[in-house]
Amino acid sequence: MDSMPLKHSSQQWINPPADHRVGVRAIKRRRHLAERGIESLLLLAALVSVFTTIAIVAILVWESILFFRTVPLFDFLTDRQWTPLFDDAHFGIVALLSGTLTTTVVALLVAIPLGTVLAIYLSEFAPFRVRELAKPFLEMLGGIPTIIYGYFALLFVTPLLQRIYPDLPGFNMLSAGLVMGIMIVPYVSSLSEDAMRAVPMNMREASYALGATRLQTALFVVTPAALSGLASSYILGISRAVGETMVVAIAAGMQPSFTFNPLEPAATITAYIVQVALGDLPHGSIGYQTIFAAGLTLLLITLLFNILGHVLRKHFREAY
Amino acid sequence: MTEKLPGTAGDAHLRALRRAIARRKTWDWLFALGGVLALVLALLVFAMLFGQMLKNGLPHLSWDFVSSFPSRRAASAGILSAWVGTSLVMLVTAVVAVPVGVGAGIYLEEYAPKNLLTDIIEINVTNLAGVPSIIYGLLALGLFVYQFGLGQSIAAAGLTLALLILPVVIVATREAIRTIPQNIREGAYACGATKWQMVSQHIIPYSLPGIMTGVIIGLARAIGETAPIITIGALTFIAFLPPSPLGNPEHLISFEWLAAPFTVMPIQMFNWISRPEEAFQANAAAAGLVLVVMTLSMNAVAIGIRYHFRKRIKW
Repeated sequence: MDSMPLKHSSQQWINPPADHRVGVRAIKRRRHLAERGIESLLLLAALVSVFTTIAIVAILVWESILFFRTVPLFDFLTDRQWTPLFDDAHFGIVALLSGTLTTTVVALLVAIPLGTVLAIYLSEFAPFRVRELAKPFLEMLGGIPTIIYGYFALLFVTPLLQRIYPDLPGFNMLSAGLVMGIMIVPYVSSLSEDAMRAVPMNMREASYALGATRLQTALFVVTPAALSGLASSYILGISRAVGETMVVAIAAGMQPSFTFNPLEPAATITAYIVQVALGDLPHGSIGYQTIFAAGLTLLLITLLFNILGHVLRKHFREAY
Repeated sequence: MTEKLPGTAGDAHLRALRRAIARRKTWDWLFALGGVLALVLALLVFAMLFGQMLKNGLPHLSWDFVSSFPSRRAASAGILSAWVGTSLVMLVTAVVAVPVGVGAGIYLEEYAPKNLLTDIIEINVTNLAGVPSIIYGLLALGLFVYQFGLGQSIAAAGLTLALLILPVVIVATREAIRTIPQNIREGAYACGATKWQMVSQHIIPYSLPGIMTGVIIGLARAIGETAPIITIGALTFIAFLPPSPLGNPEHLISFEWLAAPFTVMPIQMFNWISRPEEAFQANAAAAGLVLVVMTLSMNAVAIGIRYHFRKRIKW
């Protein structure tokens, strides 16, 4: 698109007219304007992400303000029941938080050990071939839609668990948490592995030179050096588990109840939002506002973990 | 040397040392075994997940399933409206997310001055990648559906998913651009190119494989996203197709379909999973199978592109 003026100017160069300098200046000005225009467009594209954040915060906060005009913040934080759509309405967010916390803990009990072992194995032990095959495979496992994992939890893992423990209800937080844990293993392992691979080779060589085995090197040299990366991979795993929706909505049930027992059904914050959205609530009703208040709580929790991850990364960063 | 001193204290010491080394090597071996087992476990879960869906879904998968509308009778229900909806939503998502994401990536790598605004944008992109997808659904419900009055339409869903995958596209673009050596830029400038000529004729073509990988991975993620689409209130029972974009008698190309109600693959699947009747679970499995094959093949293409070009490009 800028090639036209360029051609024009070179022709002028061959046959320089009297107002040659003026012509070049005009071309330069036009080109400068086009450049500035493009730069502004690109800046605008970059600003879309900022607008998105502002819009998210604005909408969640605005609808939550409307919500808290009806429901006192104190009730929101201390009531143990969450029944906003009943005649006897209660708005105790802890009933949803307990479900979120329980499924997250179950998921992390699977994802952190498994992800860490995989990361250490792939980074320090595995032959080149195994790593080259395992990494894309894990990436694919992480790319499977969450609804597929939900289907798997409800129709495969729950019946399997019921064979071991026959009293297990059809909806339960255990199978949702277990499957969610498997689901976030690829995130944890790939970030942890990246952190471990970033540890300089000469630290490993020094360790081997002192007679350490691979495992000793991995556990006492590489892992401490990569601690900030490991920590931030765990934090990312937590924030994934807290925000995960479909697995818990399908397999853990949508009935809010204040319980920390993984063998029981309970709704998470995300499952509640899905449940309300599936119904047909009028815009502006209190039921409509509750999902924004629940969403704001969810956003604050994930934001807290994101900041924590950032601080951990800075705090434990080792300089080589 | 010490081996030649039988029956001395050195010998006992040596044996103890050897035992310690053997013990540590055993631990080494055990850990490697644990790593292999973890990998096998992941493989096993994948095999069970895929096997379960194959077993339940494959008998139901047929041309009729792909070409019929959902129905109240499980046996005659199909995914026609779902895959058409998914395709149209993905079209909107790609048309919005690719220019905006690539533009933002180019700006941050090539244009952005070191100032507060740039820092804010960068922190924003990182943070947005960590926001749960259902929050995007709430944003879309408040902003697109009610403020902009788009309703529960294909346009609203496409825009939502575009915002959702924006960080993926931006990060992929930036990483691809970062691998281009500085002397390419200097060479272009030395030939008298302006900044945009340099970017459009060198930076964009050379980073294209990386950008394509990111876009495909982002779209594969968007195809499977269920929560934000449910949140904007997409209908689950759609027994009609949106108006065709082509072949309209009055206009050559019409955009009526953008405002049409729709359903997508994961929502159709969710609908079938939540039915109490056993027969619908087979439909869910078959729909899940189609969905998994779609996302996995997209991921495979992305990984393939990356692998192919990583080998070929030598600066």
